[in-house]
Amino acid sequence: MAPLRGCSGLLLTLTLTLPWALAPSPFPGASFFPHWDYCVLGAGPAGLQMAHFLGQAGRSYVVLERAAAPGSFFTHYPRHRRLISINKRYTGKVNSEFNLRHDWNSLLSSEPRLLFRHYSAAYFPHARDMVRYLGDFADRLGLQVRYNTAIVRVTLSKHPRAWNGHFFILTDHRGQGYQCSVLLVATGVSIPNEIDFLGSEYVEGYESVSIDPEDFAGQNVLILGRGNSAFETAENILGHTNFIHMVGRSRIRLSWATHYVGDLRAINNGLLDTYQLKSLDGLIEVDLKDIAVVKDSEGRLRITLPILVERADKNASAQAVPLPQDEVDNFAMRVPYDRVIRCLGFTFDFSIFSDTLGLAPGKGRKKKYPLIKASYESKGTRGLFVLGTASHSVDYRKSAGGFIHGFRYTARVVHRLLEHRHHGIPWPSLVYPITQLTNTIIRRVNEASGLYQMFSVLADIILLKEKATGFEYLEEYPIRMLAELETLTGREARHGLFVVTMEYGKNFSGPDKDVFHFDRAVWDVEDAWQSNFLHPVIYYYHCLPTEKEMASRAPGWPLPRPVAIHHIVEDFLTDWTAPIAHILPLRRFLENCLNTDLRSFYAESCFLFALTRQKLPPFCQHGYMNMQGLMGNEELRRHGIESGLMEDYSAIDEQPADQKPGDPATPVHPSQHATSIKEEL
Amino acid sequence: MMSSRLNIWIYISFVLICVFCKSIARNRNTLMELSPQEYFSILQTGKTSLVYFSQDVSLDITIFLEELKKAAGPLHNYGISVAKVNCAKEEASRYCGRENDWTKAYLFRGNILLREFPTDALFDVNAIVANVLFALLFNEIKYITSLEDFENIENAMKGKTNIALIYVRAIGTPEHRAVMETAFVYGTAYQFVLTTETALLEGIGAENSDVISGSLFFFHCKLVLDLTQKCQKTLLEQPLTILNIHRFLKLMDAPLLTEITEDPEKVSTIHLQLGLPQIFILSQENTYEMDKRTAEIVAWRLLGKAGVTLLLKDSSDLNIPAHINVIFKRAKEGVPVDFLVLHDVNSIISLVENNIPIQNNESVKEYEEGEMETLNLGVSNMIFSRINCGDWSNVCTKQNVTEYPVIKIFKEGEKPVIYTGMLETEYLLKFIRLNGISCPVKIVTIEEAEEYLNGELYKELTSYSSVSVLGIFSSSMIKEKENFIEAGKNLKGFVITGFYSEEDALILSKKYAVTLPALLFARHKEGNIDSILLSNSDAKDIIQIIKRALLGIFPEITVENLPIYLRLQKPLLILFRDDNLNHKDEKEMLPLVKQKYLETLIPCWLNVKTTPVGRGILKAYFKHLPPLPLLVLVDLHSQGQVSAFPLDQTINEKNILLWLQRLEAGLESHITTLSDEEWKPPLPAYNFLSRMDATVPYTEIAQFPIQNMLRCAKTTDLQQHDKGHSEDKLGKNSI
Repeated sequence: MAPLRGCSGLLLTLTLTLPWALAPSPFPGASFFPHWDYCVLGAGPAGLQMAHFLGQAGRSYVVLERAAAPGSFFTHYPRHRRLISINKRYTGKVNSEFNLRHDWNSLLSSEPRLLFRHYSAAYFPHARDMVRYLGDFADRLGLQVRYNTAIVRVTLSKHPRAWNGHFFILTDHRGQGYQCSVLLVATGVSIPNEIDFLGSEYVEGYESVSIDPEDFAGQNVLILGRGNSAFETAENILGHTNFIHMVGRSRIRLSWATHYVGDLRAINNGLLDTYQLKSLDGLIEVDLKDIAVVKDSEGRLRITLPILVERADKNASAQAVPLPQDEVDNFAMRVPYDRVIRCLGFTFDFSIFSDTLGLAPGKGRKKKYPLIKASYESKGTRGLFVLGTASHSVDYRKSAGGFIHGFRYTARVVHRLLEHRHHGIPWPSLVYPITQLTNTIIRRVNEASGLYQMFSVLADIILLKEKATGFEYLEEYPIRMLAELETLTGREARHGLFVVTMEYGKNFSGPDKDVFHFDRAVWDVEDAWQSNFLHPVIYYYHCLPTEKEMASRAPGWPLPRPVAIHHIVEDFLTDWTAPIAHILPLRRFLENCLNTDLRSFYAESCFLFALTRQKLPPFCQHGYMNMQGLMGNEELRRHGIESGLMEDYSAIDEQPADQKPGDPATPVHPSQHATSIKEEL
Repeated sequence: MMSSRLNIWIYISFVLICVFCKSIARNRNTLMELSPQEYFSILQTGKTSLVYFSQDVSLDITIFLEELKKAAGPLHNYGISVAKVNCAKEEASRYCGRENDWTKAYLFRGNILLREFPTDALFDVNAIVANVLFALLFNEIKYITSLEDFENIENAMKGKTNIALIYVRAIGTPEHRAVMETAFVYGTAYQFVLTTETALLEGIGAENSDVISGSLFFFHCKLVLDLTQKCQKTLLEQPLTILNIHRFLKLMDAPLLTEITEDPEKVSTIHLQLGLPQIFILSQENTYEMDKRTAEIVAWRLLGKAGVTLLLKDSSDLNIPAHINVIFKRAKEGVPVDFLVLHDVNSIISLVENNIPIQNNESVKEYEEGEMETLNLGVSNMIFSRINCGDWSNVCTKQNVTEYPVIKIFKEGEKPVIYTGMLETEYLLKFIRLNGISCPVKIVTIEEAEEYLNGELYKELTSYSSVSVLGIFSSSMIKEKENFIEAGKNLKGFVITGFYSEEDALILSKKYAVTLPALLFARHKEGNIDSILLSNSDAKDIIQIIKRALLGIFPEITVENLPIYLRLQKPLLILFRDDNLNHKDEKEMLPLVKQKYLETLIPCWLNVKTTPVGRGILKAYFKHLPPLPLLVLVDLHSQGQVSAFPLDQTINEKNILLWLQRLEAGLESHITTLSDEEWKPPLPAYNFLSRMDATVPYTEIAQFPIQNMLRCAKTTDLQQHDKGHSEDKLGKNSI
């Protein structure tokens, strides 16, 4: 769509700052509000990331941001200002894609200066550096953001010529309207989660509680919550309080045990240490609905049970309210508290979306997130996508989609899906000859950051060409949308496919499990399928799984049962380039799936095959027959002969061989002509 | 602060160099040696001077004095004289007296003492110049140690003055000196700020800067009017030398964006003068504001790397094609400007920043090293480098490299060329050498054409291309000539091509008895010239004609050239020899080859000495190695049959013909038939599915019958291969 159609090409190509907003809607009969094809709500990391992709593709878009600058969440949160996303500045490698595997803060761009390591030297950076980074990201890339624009209402307006049958009408706090074809919601989770219970009015919230440890000196503190914000708060005041008790419904989930970065990170878990080392601090498992807080005559807070409060007289003071210890005198929370702090996380702000949008909360633990499909599109409204932290319902407690290092990739997924849906641009792919199959997979599993961060959520898809002469490689496709791949990407999957993912062992980790158990590492290539640590897994299918098959996957399986599966054995260094342990088993797997021989050969071996056999292996067919191949030199030939890869033909003399005449001509065992595995790479 | 191991080493090396040097001069430019009386009279003139008072000259002091002598010249340029005052033994004034321990030098302005330096701090000429200027510029250069200090300065300078923040490893280093010398000139133009704290660098978000030697950041504070806003900063990406700093400051001072209406070819800008490219962004009246903003974005991002100018198209009378939106001008004089159509800011940026990181410090494998050496010998004007795509995958993707290894030739101003031939030194060398001339060559005189044909014109290249191709066209044959030029470009690197289309082309036509258009093939080895008529041939046809003409009539088959002959899809009649062709063979074979009868075959020969794999082939045919020479007919393309000329017969023209006729009539039996077996997986794979099923049967956890999952599979699980299910041909059917 080009609102300024008719202007010179120069204008359209050069002007990044085209004032789209001034252009009236190009759709006759539509509203008179300024129109954009894409509206992004929120200039946080996800919104800016999406804006960058849209800008790069030359799309009409705007980012609407309530605050005066990007990343306003980070101006206040985390309250104690230390980010728990790691800023690994050194990996010893120059591969920029690989380095993103260990960079949890940068957004994706081709600008090397916009890497977070240039913004902070701290392993766990200060939140202000994130604000500064996001500001630079928006500025340097010239992203179109309207600041100080708070959207207070989002409604639908049906229109037959709109991309999705309707427009999104946004209204800001000044009453100004905006019309968009596609709405990308990147507003994060901004509303502190509150639980209503008796006495909740006595509770202070994480969002406003003092962060000066001196304010807690000599106090008894009760913290409600079990997440990183609760522990971060505790960590800050640990040395000033008499003691801290922490209350939460479920048992503690340590991120190193669950591999989920949203669980309690080791950097915040000082209290666990002091609890178990008998230093008065402690954890208690109880549902917050089962407690009540009352104030005693001295103004201190007492924990009791709702049932006891209800029984007592409504106007009774705390002294009159029966306390659990009246009956059970060793009740754990019988001491009075000076403060009760609520650290229960955040919820998505549903309030601005009109009911007609059908943007409903998820179920159970996911109710803080809007319900969306694995394509990040709302289940209720076509054309409404959720990005960033708010999109975490797709992989909550599984992968990294709720965090910058995960959602920077899922934003790209959404962008690619939209490019195909609305602009006819198929999912980007590269076509290779089949001889490059092993190489290509090895390269990706060793460097791809999207597969690594969004393990079990995003996968590379290899679509085979007819007769498996070549393949098309699609990167980082949402694995749960596999059944709809053809319609969503515009690519054909008629001749079979491989799916490349990264996975942890199925039964390895979890809140109760000992992830440090002896013999946890799998070394033997034959046991690769039992690998525990993150490792590459390759699925082979003859055809795309159907939606029904996707829906009825076996528990723990990201995909339906494949025709064949291969695990590349876990590696301590996450370096899967070992010729014998990693590459050879992979090549054999691929060969057996495709029923062909994928080895590489010296030109001399191809020459021999060309004159002694009617058919050539793919490598010779693709390379040698096109006048390409490794001729090498005398040294290389000697190496080939010494390592048993080639026969020393000059040593063949004129002695008749023992073979019976009439045997079918089988020259030398073909394996003897394979170049070494190293040379194959 | 200033004693580092490095400095000590500099010190020691100076000891070695300078210990024997001795010279005394009275020139102002050098170290003055004065008596105390002479000296005090100089002080009265009010000049600035650095003075060392000396009595006995010990070894340590000699070194210092040598350095002091070296510093005299540079300091004189700043109006500072340097003197050594020889105190008499009996002298007892303040500086010459006992209390002076001879380990200090003094800086005076007039007769006021500004600073005293321990001679340790003045450990070499750089340290002397740096320290003296630093002392004199005390007010101009702020030395700071914390981020807070810097933020205060930054805030104070907003809207007023730009800041040059310099980090140096230590005081007295060559970098420090370079900065001081520059500051002496620019001191009032900018606020210079100096630090030696790396933590401060990190604080301003610049950990990637050079902490080994030093770095300079230019903070654009003058533009900042909003006090809450940070000043933009630009890093000097070169080492800190006077020249680099001077150049950098000049660039920072240049206007961000200029506007012109003149011809870019004729414009000279400060960037071009400093050897940097200039980008002209074309704008017209109705898009002026937006183009200007775009240009500003580009200018900010290219600050210090290229100049950006807005070219106002409407007000100029230049004849620029309508669709062009960017003009790129290089600093090199005489290089024409590029007219470009670019669709976003990033493509403009990459015009300037598109430099490829090249990795050449890694130890090169022995094999490659050998090859490189040979190539280096053959091609002296080319740099060979390797890129490891495993490390630089983004670079390789940008270069569209998807298979490895790939060889690409980059030449300034030309499109990169991909080498598509065998990885073999001679072939590559040939390709590189033949790429050196612009094919096809335009020949303009009859004499030149003759030189071209007899191999004189490209004498040094005829060993790489034993055939030179000349297309002859009359001047009116424009379309034909264009086709030939296209074909010649396509064959560039593989064969020398040239064309002649002058008025007198008929002279050549007559001489070589061809009608035009025609191709002449000059075969330099054989010394003959054949001709082929070109009628209605498009570029593709011409390429085919040339390729065919390059094939020998009785070629030697080698590993490198076999594919060319296999493409002809004819049976090969191969004469296996264990040496070169001899006269007798040629006498028998050549007349035979020219016979029509053999047109359905490719007669060729193979030397098992130079192509030892030929023995392997013979062994495959005969199960043992038969005596040579031996004639074999290999029919690869229909039945795969191999027949051998009877060993007990003499190889001569008559017998061969007879044998071929008997073969055709089915009277001769084949010695073997080549296998038509497919290339199957050499070994089975691990069957992880069955291993998993053995632990937890899938049927137990499945919520869906497995058969449905495999509905598009014709038979059962492929990985049952290694279980020995021989009926399993699934892979073949399904892919």
